[in-house]
Amino acid sequence: MIVGPAVWIVVGLLRSALPLISFRLLAQDTAHLGLQNAIVGTLVLGLGVLVIAGPVGVGAGIYLSEFAGRRLASVARFFPEILAGVPSIVVGYAAYVLLVVRFHWGYSLLAAILALSALVTPYVVKSTEVALRQLPTSLRDGARALGLPTVTTLRRVLLPPALPGIVNGMVVALAISTGETAPLLYTAGFSDANPTPSLLHHPVGYLTYVVYTDIQLPSARMHQLANAAADVTLLVLLALILVGRLLGYHSARRAARMSL
Amino acid sequence: MARPEEHTTRSRDRVGTPWAGEGAGPRAPRPAAYPGRVRARLTGRSAVEHGLRALCLAAALAPLLMLLVVTATLLVSALPAIRFSGLDFFTGRVFSFGNLYGGTPTVHHGVAAPHNASYGAAPLIVGTLLTSVIALVVAVPIAVGGALVLVERIPRRLQGGLSIFLELLAGIPSVVFGLWALLVLGPLLAQHVYPTLARLGVLVPFLRGPVGNGQGLLTASLMLAVMIVPIVAATTRDLLRTVPVLHKEAALALGMTRFEAVRVVTLPFVRNGIAAAAILGWARALGETMAVLMVSGNALNIFPYNLYAPTTTIAATIAAMLDSALTDATGMGVSALAEAGLALLTITLLTNWIGRQIARRTAGVPLPVGRGF
Repeated sequence: MIVGPAVWIVVGLLRSALPLISFRLLAQDTAHLGLQNAIVGTLVLGLGVLVIAGPVGVGAGIYLSEFAGRRLASVARFFPEILAGVPSIVVGYAAYVLLVVRFHWGYSLLAAILALSALVTPYVVKSTEVALRQLPTSLRDGARALGLPTVTTLRRVLLPPALPGIVNGMVVALAISTGETAPLLYTAGFSDANPTPSLLHHPVGYLTYVVYTDIQLPSARMHQLANAAADVTLLVLLALILVGRLLGYHSARRAARMSL
Repeated sequence: MARPEEHTTRSRDRVGTPWAGEGAGPRAPRPAAYPGRVRARLTGRSAVEHGLRALCLAAALAPLLMLLVVTATLLVSALPAIRFSGLDFFTGRVFSFGNLYGGTPTVHHGVAAPHNASYGAAPLIVGTLLTSVIALVVAVPIAVGGALVLVERIPRRLQGGLSIFLELLAGIPSVVFGLWALLVLGPLLAQHVYPTLARLGVLVPFLRGPVGNGQGLLTASLMLAVMIVPIVAATTRDLLRTVPVLHKEAALALGMTRFEAVRVVTLPFVRNGIAAAAILGWARALGETMAVLMVSGNALNIFPYNLYAPTTTIAATIAAMLDSALTDATGMGVSALAEAGLALLTITLLTNWIGRQIARRTAGVPLPVGRGF
C-alpha cells in the first residue's frame, strides 16, 4: 500500500511525460512552450535558500548540540520543530503581507528566498544537530584531553566527520524548496523571462508554478508543458533523494568505523 | 587567540540531552558556579569562541524570530477583519469579498468593507477538518500496517531498500500529487469506485447522491492520506524497532501466534508514539495547500452534501482568493484571508504542540521534522 502509490505516481508521470522532455524545454522560455526560465528560476531560488538557510541552520544546529545547556537546548529545539509544522501557505502569506506589500519589495527573488528559507531552516537545524550528536564521545574526549579550544575542536575534530550529515540536511532543504509552490505564489510571482540579478521588484519563474497553472489552461500543449514541468521537478527530486541516501550511507559507515 | 596550554578543557556541558532513542552519551560535568572572571580563566574562552557562540546563538534564535514575525504579521494584518466580522467568522456561511467594482462600502464596528462583503469561514473550517480527518482515518491503518509488515516480516537487508519508497513519497512535491490526483486518481475513482460506493447510499446517507467528476471531498482526502502516510509510517517503523525483543519472544514462548504477539505486546508498546505521529500527520493534512487546491473542486460557501461533493479548505482558499483580494480597495479582503491564515496557524500550532508533547511524555523515537524526511 505504501510502495504502490509511490511507484504509481512516479512511473505514471514519467511514462506520460518522458517523450515531452526535449532540448526545446531547455532552450525556450515558458511563453514559447519551453521551461528554461522556470528551471533557471528554481535553481536560483534553491541557491538563495542554501545561502540563507544553510548558515542559519548549521549555526543553530551547532548551538543546540555544542553550546546550549540541557534545558536551554530542549527549549531551543522546540521552535524549529514548531516552525516546520507551520503550513507553507501561511508562511507565504505572511511574507506577502510583510515583505511584498509593507516593505514595497514587490514580487521579488528576495521575498521568495526568505519565505522558503523560513520553511526549510528547521530541516538543516535538525540534521546538523543529529550529525554532531551521532559522533562518538571519544572524539570529544580526545579533543578535550589534548586541551583544544572549542573552536578548534569544532573545526578540526567534529565538523569534518559530521559533514555528510550536514550536507544531507542541505539536500533535503533543496528538495523541499524545489517542490514547494504555496509560499512562492505570492512572493515570487511568475515571469516568462529568465531571472534577473536584481533581488527586488522582479518576479521570478519556477517549475511548480507551471505545473499548477498550465494544467488549468484550456490547451493540450499547455497540459503537456505542465506534465513536462512535473517530470523535471520529479527527476530533480529523485536525484536529490539519491544523493541524500548516498550521503546517509557514507556518514553511517564513517560513524561505524570511528566508534571502535 | 586561544592558548591551548592553559586551562581550556572545561567547556560547558556540551553534550546535553541526547535525542531520545539515539543512544545516550555520557554527560559533561555541570560547570562549577565560579564567579565570572575565574570561570573565564578556567574555561579559557577566547574572543573567537565568544564570537562563534554569539553567532550560533543568533542562528538558534532565528526560528523563534521567524515564528514570531509570521504570527505578528498575520495578527496585525487580520485585526481589521477580526473587528469587522467578530464571531461571524466562525459561524457565517458566506465568504465573499463583496462588490469590488463599486457600491458604497459598508461600515461595521468602525471598519469599512466593500458592499455585501461577508467573511464567514464556517464552510472552510468544516472542509479543512473533514478532508484532514478522513485522510487520517484512511492513512493511519495503512501506515501502521505497512510499518508492521516492513519491520516484522521483511528481512533486514531489504528494509533499507523499501524505506526509499517512504522517502520518495515524502519528497514528491504537492503539485505533483495534485496533478496525479487530478488526472489519474480522481477520474479513476469517479468512474469505477464511486458509483459502487454510491449504491451503498441506501444504508449510509453520506454515500448517496451524484458522484461528480472525481474532484471533491473524498478524492482530496484520499490524496491527503497518501501524503501523510510517510510521516506516520516512518515514525512507526522507527518505534517498532525499539520494541524489546525479549518481550516479543516471551509472548511467542507463551504460545501466542505472531498476530497475537503483535496485538498484545508490540502495539501497546508503540501506541502513544503512533498517536503522536498521527497528530503530526494531521497537522500536515490541515495545512496542505496546492494539492487540495487542484482536486477539491473549490466549492465556496457550501457544506459538502455527500462524500463526493466539491469542497475547499482554508489553505486552498487563501491561495485561490488572494488574487481577487488584492483588488479590494478597502484592504479588507487581504485582512480576511489573513484572519483565515491565523485560524489555520492556530490549529496547526496546537496540533503540532500536542503531538510533540505526547511524544515527549512517552520518550520513544524522535518525531520527524515537518514532512517526515
